[in-house]
Amino acid sequence: MERFLPTAQFQRLINLLRRDGYDCVGPRVRDGAIVYGPLERVEELPVGWHDEQRPGHYRLARGSGRRFFDWANGPEALKPLTFASREVLWTVVRDGQGSLRFCEEVPEVRPTAVIGVRACDIAAMHLQDQHFGYREYQDPYYNRRRRALFLVAVDCARPASTCFCHSTGDGPAAHAGFDIALTELDDGFIARARSERGRDLLAELPTTEVTPDHHAAAGAQHDAAVAAQTRRLAGRNLKASLFAHLDHPEWDAVAGRCLSCGNCTAVCPTCFCHSVGDTTELDGRRSTHHRQWDSCFSAGHSYMHSFVVRDQTVLRYRQWLTHKLGTWHDQYGRSGCVGCGRCLTWCPVGIDMVETANRICGGDGDAQP
Amino acid sequence: MIPTAARPTLAIHKFSSCDGCQLALLNLGEGLLDLARMVDIRHFVEAGPMDEEASVDIALVEGCISTAEEAERIRRVRANSRYLIAIGACATSGGVQALRNLHDAGAWTADIYAHPQYIDVLANATSLADRVRVDCELYGCPVNGHQVLAAVRSLLSGVTPLNDRDKLCAECKRRHNVCVMVARGLPCMGPVTATGCGVLCPTLGRDCYGCYGPAENVNSAALGRQLEAEGMSKEARAGRFLFIHSNAPEFASGGSSGED
Repeated sequence: MERFLPTAQFQRLINLLRRDGYDCVGPRVRDGAIVYGPLERVEELPVGWHDEQRPGHYRLARGSGRRFFDWANGPEALKPLTFASREVLWTVVRDGQGSLRFCEEVPEVRPTAVIGVRACDIAAMHLQDQHFGYREYQDPYYNRRRRALFLVAVDCARPASTCFCHSTGDGPAAHAGFDIALTELDDGFIARARSERGRDLLAELPTTEVTPDHHAAAGAQHDAAVAAQTRRLAGRNLKASLFAHLDHPEWDAVAGRCLSCGNCTAVCPTCFCHSVGDTTELDGRRSTHHRQWDSCFSAGHSYMHSFVVRDQTVLRYRQWLTHKLGTWHDQYGRSGCVGCGRCLTWCPVGIDMVETANRICGGDGDAQP
Repeated sequence: MIPTAARPTLAIHKFSSCDGCQLALLNLGEGLLDLARMVDIRHFVEAGPMDEEASVDIALVEGCISTAEEAERIRRVRANSRYLIAIGACATSGGVQALRNLHDAGAWTADIYAHPQYIDVLANATSLADRVRVDCELYGCPVNGHQVLAAVRSLLSGVTPLNDRDKLCAECKRRHNVCVMVARGLPCMGPVTATGCGVLCPTLGRDCYGCYGPAENVNSAALGRQLEAEGMSKEARAGRFLFIHSNAPEFASGGSSGED
C-alpha cells in the first residue's frame, strides 16, 4: 500500500498514533546533535537542520530548507530503546530468618512509536533481534521493549560522508522491518505500509494518490543518496580475509591511535555486549543485580580468573573488527556492520574503521558490491 | 542495631589534603547514618570522634604524604588497620600537591611565604601506596561517597571491593550524553579517565578534567595528539593532563608531546 501524505497533514500521523495509545518518539536537536526524544508536534523535529560528519567530527547547522529529515543520523540508533544501557534484572532480599527471596524485575514498557527511523538502524535491530531472541534463550527485557515498538521509517536522502549503508546492503532506503516507511519530498511524503497496523493507520490518514512526478522525484533522490556514498567496505564478507591477516602491521598502527575508550561499540547499533554486577545496600539486606552496556575494549570483557586475556589495545581492536566483520557471519548469517558510520564519527580520535578494514584485507575481500 | 562490641571498627584519617573527601562522606546524609549503624566509627575528626591511634578493621585515608611527620604517621595507621583504603586524588596519586614534584618546591616556598622557615615539607608529595601497602584505592577529587560505602560493604561481606577502572566514556554513553569532544570540540579527558564520578562534568555539558585519574589501558599520547590537532597549545595540553594527577605515570606522560 502506497499513498502520498502532504506535509500539512504530517501532524495527523502523530495524532493518530497518540490516539492509539502510543508514546511518540522522534529525532530532536539536543546538545548539538540529533537524538531521539519525546515527540508531540512535528515542529519539534529537526526542521531545516543538516549534520556534517567526518571521522571524529559531528556538527549541526541550520539551513533554510523546510524538510524534517534532511540529515543522516545522530549518535544513537534504536538500540537504547530496546537494549537498555543499564537496567535491573532482579533483586534479592534477605528476610528476618536469613533466607533469601529473589524477585524478577521486568521492565514496565509503554507502546512506543518511533518516527524517523533509518534503514541502517532497522537492519541493526534485526541483528539484535537474532541475538536477544536466540531460540530458547529469549531475553524478556529486550523482547518487551522490542514488541512495544511501532516503527515509522524515513528513507535517507542526505547521507553523511561517514555513511556506507549502500555497500552493506542496508540502505539508504528502508525495504523491510517497519510498519510505515516515508520518502520525504518537498511537499510531503510517499508513505508505504508494510504491516497490518501500518496499513490501518495509513488508511485513516488524509492521503492522495502518488503521482508519477512523486515517483520520479523519489527515484532521483534515492539515486543521489546512493551516489553520495563514496565510502565502502571491501566486501560484504571479510571473514576469510581478516583472519588471513591477523599479523598485518595495520593492527599495530591503529592500536597506536586507538584510545580503547569503547565509544565505537557504544554507538554501534548492533553491538550487544554487556556486563552484570550487583549493588548491595550497606546493611546487606537487599541487593540488585543489574546489567549494563560493556565493550570488548574494556578489561572486564576478557577477564578470566585473575587475568585479562586481551590486555593490549591491539588485541581488543582486532577482537572487535574480526568479530564484527568476520565471525558474525557464522553466528548471525551476515556481517555485524550496517554501514551507519557512527563508529567513525563518534571515535574521539577519528579512526576510520572502513579504511582500516580495507587496508588489512588488502582489497582481497569478496567482490560483492 | 548491632552491639558496639560486635561491630567492625572504622577510622577516617587525614593527611595533606583539602578535607574535601571527608566532606564527601559527611554529605552522604542518610548513608552516613547507615554507616554509623553498621560500623563503630572510632576516628573521624570532621564528624566528631577522635582517637587517632585506634586499632581498627577499616581505615579510610585521605591526603598525600607531604611531610616527614606524615611519612611516619602513615606507617602507624597501616600497622593499626586491617584494611587500608586510600580515598581521593591526593591519597591515590599525590593530587595537586604533587605538582611541586615537577619543580623546585623550595624556591616556590621562598617566593610565596613571608616566613618560609616554618614550612617543613618533603621534596616530593606522594601517594599512600608509595609509602605503605594499600588494600584498595578509590580515586576522585573528591571521592564519590557512594563508592566508599560500596567498598566498605564489600569488606563487610568479606569480598574484595570492585575496582572499576573503565573509561568515563563507557558511563557517559550509558547516560546518553552527546559527546562534547566530537560534537563540540571540547578537550575532554574522558577517554583516559576512570569512571566513578557519575559523569558529572560531561552531563552538564563540559569536558572532563580527569579528576578520577587514569583508567586502565589508556593511550594518553593519542589523546594528547588529538587535543593538539584540535588547536590546543602544548602548554594547555600539559595543564590538562597534569592538573590533578601529575604524579600518575599515565597522565604525566600524556602531558608532554615529547614521546608522541
